[in-house]
Amino acid sequence: MKVNLRVWRQRGPDSPGEFKNYEAADLNPNMSFLEMLDVVNDRLASRGEEPIAFAHDCREGICGTCCLNINGKPHGPGRAIATCQTYMRSFRDGDTITIEPFRAKPFPILKDLVVDRSAFDRIMQSGGYVSVRTGAAPDGNSIPISKEIADRAMDAAQCIGCGACVAACKNASAMLFVSAKVSQLSLLPQGRPERHRRVLSMVAKMDEEGFGNCTVTGSCAAVCPKEVSLDFITRMNRDYLAALMHEAVGRAAGKEGGAG
Amino acid sequence: MKPLQLLLQSSIGKKVIMGATGAALVLFVIGHLVGNLQIFLPKEKINAYAHLLHSSAGVLWAVRLGLVAIVGLHVWAAISLTAQNKAARPVNYVEGTRPYAASWASRYMFHTGLVIAAFVVYHLLHYTAQLPVANLLPSTHPAKDFNQLLVTTGAQSGYRDVHAMLIAGFQQPIVSLFYLIAIGLLCLHLSHGMTAMFQSLGVQEGVWRTRLEKGAQVLAIALFAGYASIPIAVYLRIVQ
Repeated sequence: MKVNLRVWRQRGPDSPGEFKNYEAADLNPNMSFLEMLDVVNDRLASRGEEPIAFAHDCREGICGTCCLNINGKPHGPGRAIATCQTYMRSFRDGDTITIEPFRAKPFPILKDLVVDRSAFDRIMQSGGYVSVRTGAAPDGNSIPISKEIADRAMDAAQCIGCGACVAACKNASAMLFVSAKVSQLSLLPQGRPERHRRVLSMVAKMDEEGFGNCTVTGSCAAVCPKEVSLDFITRMNRDYLAALMHEAVGRAAGKEGGAG
Repeated sequence: MKPLQLLLQSSIGKKVIMGATGAALVLFVIGHLVGNLQIFLPKEKINAYAHLLHSSAGVLWAVRLGLVAIVGLHVWAAISLTAQNKAARPVNYVEGTRPYAASWASRYMFHTGLVIAAFVVYHLLHYTAQLPVANLLPSTHPAKDFNQLLVTTGAQSGYRDVHAMLIAGFQQPIVSLFYLIAIGLLCLHLSHGMTAMFQSLGVQEGVWRTRLEKGAQVLAIALFAGYASIPIAVYLRIVQ
């Protein structure tokens, strides 16, 4: 099969970018989208042209590295899959495919289709962890957790941090990502002691990085390759309000801090 | 940071303010409609109701100032959040962001809000300040000075004739049309807002998400039908 590509090319973070057209002929419909780009790049390289830079790693939908906006949708036309799990058979012979990088101020473009998503890492560093004493490993199953809670925590932990939620949101909001990362810990007994401090600092970091705000359009959850639910944003909002009240009561009682 | 500061400055804090003030305004919109629908009862009812509302200047102004404060917070949060949203994507996609799973209402809350704000200003000039010029009637029209209308006979003699004022206010079809458009946009705004506020306040999960979404749509349609019925009834001379 053959497709026409319309690809965003940008030499570096501060260079102006533009769309360039490429013809990708002789493709196998069972190639993944990234394999198609590999083939295009091989041909570009053999002609002495600069290959298209794009991010990829595991190519099996679990690492969250691949991040292309394909025909206006993060990760392409499929549902609940990442760019690497999108196959050329999802397109028709002769289609024109527009490929853009994820666009958001906190995700600056490094080159072509590669964006810097370390804003997510900084949010995680601000509180997306559980503090533990190192030492002998605790007994397995020593803390009973109901199946419902374990399942919900897993649903949140499905998030691979790819940034599709930010890319699809009209406000470039990261609330789906942050809420998944807040909830995967606050749902579990191990994460509960620090839940107030965690949600306050992760939200503060999210705001500081310059992400937009949720207007509950639901686009984030619709494009999420892991189908993380909007319910986690509700949960994060509730956790945040609880943390604020806890803080207020702590202050009223004259305690230092109070959260966490 | 102090909790109050976080409430006023953080993204979620501002969304909570947005949702809480929105919830209060929804209650006002419902109450206002219930009051207005008395136009379909004998005219003494709505005139007595209006007289009751104006019976205590203190209470009246406390409610008015409270509403102004609530609207002020709602508008401030909207402007502040929208400015941050715009700043978060300085370079947009070539064809903009597409509305995946998003309703029209959810994507244009700020735009519908702007029209509603303009409408509220006009509505206050029209029926609260009762500026004759806001009625947009020719100076020869008998209902031109609708702010002078008083009940002259019966037990309510001397009361403001709100029933007649309301009918006079809808004599100009352009005014009625603007009312219908603004009410339509208000109800679209509410069809999303009445569910999103539960999300912002942290209480919309699982089966309740679908229930609240459906409930908000039904209530929005009911509110539209209720409010639209008044200018339409005046136009069709059902109320006179």
